[in-house]
Amino acid sequence: MTANGPTPARAFFQDRFGLDDRSLGDALDLALERRVEYADLFFEYTVQDSVVLEEGIVKSGDRHIEQGMGVRAQVGERQGYAHSDEVGVESLRVAARTARAISAESARGGARAVSTGASERNLYPVGESPTDVPVESKIRLIEEIDAYARARDPRVVEVMASCVSQQRQVLVVGSDGTLASDVRPLVRLNVQVITQDGSRREVGYQGCGGRYEFAKLLEPDRWQALADEAVRTSLLNLEALPCPAGSMTVVLGPGWPGILLHEAIGHGLEGDFNRKQTSAFSGRLGQRVASPGVTVVDDGTLPGRRGSLNVDDEGTPSQRTVLIEDGILRGYLQDRLNARLMGTTPTGNGRRESYAHLPMPRMTNTFMLAGEEDPADIVRSVDRGIYAVNFGGGQVDITSGKFVFSASEAYRIEGGRIGAPLKGATLIGNGPDVLTRVSRIGNDLALDRGVGTCGKDGQSVPVGVGLPTLRIEELTVGGTEG
Amino acid sequence: MTDPREAARLAIAAATAAGAHAADAVAVESDSLETRVRGEEIDFVKQARERTLGIRALVRGRDGTRTAITSTSDLAEAAVRSMAEQAVALARATAEDPAAGLPAQGFADPGALPDLVLCDPADRSVSVDDRIDAARRAERAARDTDPRIANSEGSQASSGFARVVYANSEGFVGEYESASHALFAEPLARQNGSMQRDYWMSAARRLADLEAPEAVGAHAARRALRRLGARDVATCEVPVIFDPLTAASLWRQVAGLVSGYAVYRRTSFLAGRLGEPIASHLVQLVDDGLRPGGLGSRPFDGEGLPSRRTVVIEDGRLASYLLDSYSARKLGGASTGSATRSASSAPGVGPTNLGLAPGDATLEQIVADTPRGLLVTELIGMGFNPVTGDYSRGAAGLWIENGAIAHPVEEITIAANFADMLAGIDAVGSDLLWLSRIGSPSVRVARMTVAGRG
Repeated sequence: MTANGPTPARAFFQDRFGLDDRSLGDALDLALERRVEYADLFFEYTVQDSVVLEEGIVKSGDRHIEQGMGVRAQVGERQGYAHSDEVGVESLRVAARTARAISAESARGGARAVSTGASERNLYPVGESPTDVPVESKIRLIEEIDAYARARDPRVVEVMASCVSQQRQVLVVGSDGTLASDVRPLVRLNVQVITQDGSRREVGYQGCGGRYEFAKLLEPDRWQALADEAVRTSLLNLEALPCPAGSMTVVLGPGWPGILLHEAIGHGLEGDFNRKQTSAFSGRLGQRVASPGVTVVDDGTLPGRRGSLNVDDEGTPSQRTVLIEDGILRGYLQDRLNARLMGTTPTGNGRRESYAHLPMPRMTNTFMLAGEEDPADIVRSVDRGIYAVNFGGGQVDITSGKFVFSASEAYRIEGGRIGAPLKGATLIGNGPDVLTRVSRIGNDLALDRGVGTCGKDGQSVPVGVGLPTLRIEELTVGGTEG
Repeated sequence: MTDPREAARLAIAAATAAGAHAADAVAVESDSLETRVRGEEIDFVKQARERTLGIRALVRGRDGTRTAITSTSDLAEAAVRSMAEQAVALARATAEDPAAGLPAQGFADPGALPDLVLCDPADRSVSVDDRIDAARRAERAARDTDPRIANSEGSQASSGFARVVYANSEGFVGEYESASHALFAEPLARQNGSMQRDYWMSAARRLADLEAPEAVGAHAARRALRRLGARDVATCEVPVIFDPLTAASLWRQVAGLVSGYAVYRRTSFLAGRLGEPIASHLVQLVDDGLRPGGLGSRPFDGEGLPSRRTVVIEDGRLASYLLDSYSARKLGGASTGSATRSASSAPGVGPTNLGLAPGDATLEQIVADTPRGLLVTELIGMGFNPVTGDYSRGAAGLWIENGAIAHPVEEITIAANFADMLAGIDAVGSDLLWLSRIGSPSVRVARMTVAGRG
């Protein structure tokens, strides 16, 4: 791609909604008529489709088109935001007037700069939008998955599979000259299997996805591995024993258990909470918050990952941000507002669910770098504890620092050996000190399969996590057995 | 721009013309206003006007009906026609399902819909400044409560107005207006270097029914303050009392368990248990779509069927599932008027106003009647498996010794099987509280495993 001529998304909004340079500039001027420090315009056009299979058939398909725009004005800590699903020159003017009302003073504020070029890298080039792939091939895929999963084991009594495709186009125009656009594909495949043995029923789930060609989901190796995992975990759960309760050594497997980082420290390092001093991590930059050897990064630049972004929803290019380096707290995740108020620079983490939401500092792909130990040695090092390899959701109270996450696949460790599978247990800990109890770090860093969705203040955004095998001393395990 | 009612009619006509045997449409027009004040400063003001249209096309085949759903926020005539045609094309690609279709009959009478007090027309004139003022008063009240409250996540006030139109090819066209207003405060308490947050809120259909901002702020502050100085708990089995806020989460889980979809899919451990005792005899759980001013009330459901009152659990026995017409056909019953529908989501089942009937005892009496145990005031995490009933969640609350609150506790989990929890409810409070479409008084579960660091 060259710097000459509009980007595809820029041209799209111009052609479809008549949003030429002049009308964008006029709207910004209108927003800036009062004493406003910064104003921006956000435009979005999203197509999403999905097909769902249950009881062996695809009963329904759906397709949604969401378009809209938002105008934001900032004065100090204040933000005025007006959004509408009507995209056009007139509604843009109305929104600009509404948003600027956040400033009571009529003196003209920040000057509008001349637009500069946008980011040119593309972390997720796709030849064909996943929402342009004919629905028939999506239906065929989940029908094949259904047949395959049912054939794996006679105890499989129900399969639910779904396939979701999305293409989101965004355009950001800021009063400092920001002009950025992005075309973001996103695909996802989910398989849930129910098995029954006698009267006992259990569920197993596995999903995958990312910002890549839909065709990748059609690769048999990929979807068969997914179905195999769903069947395997469901069958495993048929034999799972009640989980012990109490404080014990926990070994986390690689990949998705990285949700620990997301909940325990990631949210607590978001700029808004730290600017407001409401996070358990507030004011702790430069302090030790993890064991030596622990390095955690947030990286929005990984090609094709679910949490990756070319630019964030404020037009800032995404980057790799070191949060914890060798155990020392090094950085926060910033959007424009909080970076400005904290006297630092945005880190490309200003994200929003859609045009109907204000941006906030959010994670992208958050993971811990690999250590040097053999994962098998880490398990062998534990006399008594649990080995948790897969998880459902998690949550954190960023002020007290307490976080939980729920294991969906876990085993007892006894005498250094992996023992009986355990029923879902919740792990609870304290964010600022859990990583200080990391005693061994594996050499097997893995990222998750691309299924994470993060919720904050009512807004959901896709994210990724990753972890090497990790040994943590004394984490509270919320089972039922004494 | 097309009027929502016209857009819905147009969508049905276009879908039928494109070959659908039946179709329905939901159009929602909404205005919203939201603001947050933090300390003395306005954090944000957010305003919006939105319209969305959802279309469902049904194409009959030899062995059943094919279904697809489309939605658009562009209500221009060309866009509506295009989305209706795409719905039909998409439906043709799906499988025939004998249970799919619109309800055959029994639609609400659009000319005689009950007045459920879903909005006060006078509230339409609410201004940004009015709501900023409410948030400011709540924020100030929270901070004035105690010197240890010096910071907050802010106090938020919101007002939303919606006009909902539902129409289908059976000739039903109905609409209603509704509003929702909320006030939310989330202060931080600090003592000896440790911080705790908590919240309180009020939500109502009419502004006049909201709790006073001062009361919301002060209540939130007291909740945050009482969490200071939390101690560890040693792992044990004790009675667990859920306050009305956390008890509501139990009934939200029951709503999922009795949803017709979870039942026919057998992803609920309550599948096949109709008529059987599933909870303590103290449990009377009713879903009432007609509750005046209820946050889940509506004159008709997402399929145009009249709202009604459904007893879900009576004296501990599972009296009814919650069904729409699809899940009713799958299970061989009749719809309970529980269809949910939004422009962009597939039709499903959900509670309207699902509430546990209150008992006689105050929360203080229940605590006094508990020699040693836990009063849960916050739950975090999603540790619940509806297929097996395994329940394990993060919690914070107040420890009870000798029938009195002893000290706050945190970083604990509570776990049990959900079926045992329902059966083990041995006290129901008189303090019924509705902060959402789920209402509950305090309840005590006789025994759960509490895990902690102590």
